[in-house]
Amino acid sequence: MALDADDVHAIAHLARLALDAGQVGVLAGELSQTLGLLEQINAADTAGVAPMAHPLDMTQRLRADEVTEQVDREAFLAQAPASEAGLFLVPRVLD
Amino acid sequence: MHDLTLAELAEALASRACSSEELTTHLLARIEQHDGELNSLITVDADNALAAARQADAERSAGRAGRLTGVPLIHKDIFLTAGVRTSCGSRMLKNFVPPFDATVVERCRQAGMVMLGKANMDEFAMGSSNETSYFGPVRNPWDLTRVPGGSSGGSAAAVAAGFAPVATGTDTGGSIRQPAALCGITGLKPTYGRVSRFGMIAFASSLDQAGVFARSAEDAALLLQAMAGFDPRDSTSAELAVPDYAAALTQPLAGLRIGVVDEFFGEGLDAGVAGALEAAIGVLQGLGAEVTRVHLPQLGLSVPTYYVIAPAEASSNLSRFDGVRYGYRCEAPKDLEDLYKRSRSEGFGAEVKRRIMIGTYVLSAGYYDAYYLKAQRCRRLITDDFRRAFEQVDVLVAPSAPEVAFRLGEKADDPLKMYLSDINTIAVNLAGLPGISVPAGQIQGLPVGLQLIGRHFEEARLLNVAHQFQRETDWHRQRPARFA
Repeated sequence: MALDADDVHAIAHLARLALDAGQVGVLAGELSQTLGLLEQINAADTAGVAPMAHPLDMTQRLRADEVTEQVDREAFLAQAPASEAGLFLVPRVLD
Repeated sequence: MHDLTLAELAEALASRACSSEELTTHLLARIEQHDGELNSLITVDADNALAAARQADAERSAGRAGRLTGVPLIHKDIFLTAGVRTSCGSRMLKNFVPPFDATVVERCRQAGMVMLGKANMDEFAMGSSNETSYFGPVRNPWDLTRVPGGSSGGSAAAVAAGFAPVATGTDTGGSIRQPAALCGITGLKPTYGRVSRFGMIAFASSLDQAGVFARSAEDAALLLQAMAGFDPRDSTSAELAVPDYAAALTQPLAGLRIGVVDEFFGEGLDAGVAGALEAAIGVLQGLGAEVTRVHLPQLGLSVPTYYVIAPAEASSNLSRFDGVRYGYRCEAPKDLEDLYKRSRSEGFGAEVKRRIMIGTYVLSAGYYDAYYLKAQRCRRLITDDFRRAFEQVDVLVAPSAPEVAFRLGEKADDPLKMYLSDINTIAVNLAGLPGISVPAGQIQGLPVGLQLIGRHFEEARLLNVAHQFQRETDWHRQRPARFA
């Protein structure tokens, strides 16, 4: 699968990445080359083979729905790039 | 002191031949003096280390010391350390100070161990040379013009240079075994689920596993003992008892069935590495092991399969870095989308962005079945090959890497070439198996690694074989002259 500039822009948007215009051509080439490597899996005969999502084929363990710990709000907010009144600050989303 | 193994240091501490404070002071001085050349540490935590060492000495005086009390170690900078900056080798987390400890960190501390600092690594563990770190590349102690391997390159270089007897690492596609091989030390990647992933920054959650770097298999056994075991805070942690790893070391190898994986010894393997491996296999035969050739016919699928699954999981895991709750935020975002996009673009390096984009693509509408689901089916084919091989033999052997340490910059501009340097280690992660790399030779002064692969949860067997091998050889005792 060869990706063009539009594909790269679309993928970057899905991944919430901003690209410099100058990078797009190089990235299209690198990503296309990588996809070429990945497409080697197409040669494998996987008819009737179940997908393997977990290396031990274990099912996800569930814990009891109980309060086990309290989040230290101040400690977590202290990591935020911007916070106010116990809340994370982001640019205005409503006018 | 810096030349001793963990087992020897533990004995010296127990007999009061030295104190933890003396040992810690000595190692911190070595780091101060020599790490400018290697760049193996991102953060040195001298004050806390000395305080922990004095505390360990007090515990010992009070008769409360365990075997590892007062033994220094270095943690890969992917493990969260409460109050100590944890960067994951990224600008994104350059100033991140976690509010809690990873389970691995907590267990090592509970065992009385003293953390000296946090090891450099490829950014978000994505790399095979430690050249993608925001904090600059790590150099190989055996040759400063060469890479230490990656992604746990700082941990491997630090142990090889005698900055600490042991270090932690993580292995998603070979990030413990490959740098251990390239730096001439012992590196163990346990079975998926054996060691808790809680507080370990996630790269690819179905592949990531924490493990150890050490100067001997015996040392690796002692550290793994402290780290391994069920953790209710990790939903994929295995609810299985942990055996006594040290006790298993002395078992004779007579009658052990060893399978040489044919596919690993073909095209692409350096002739010198092949020769060293043949000699190593001869040593195992001399110890009474029965050696046969085995086949993993689908092994060729492992690199493409991995480079679908790992980036897919990474693109999901790394979506949490949004510039809102913690980590890097861009200057003056004009709206929320601009904040997300610029924070991520400025905070992540080129390789991380490439992998996020590949992962996003293979999971996107219309491509999910062709790439992600197909790769998951291939993953089962690869795993089934291992299952069949383990019906015939107890342990598999392979080279840990197809060549010795390569030069800085040699592969940095070619992502595909770099991806292929994991060709000998990736399949083991896809199958969730344990693997260990042990020093097994040198080519022009550069170490070669022998990889042993075991059945699920048979770390004790791997450590046993590695230990017996190390009783017959002295490759693991070689030290880089520059850091003697």
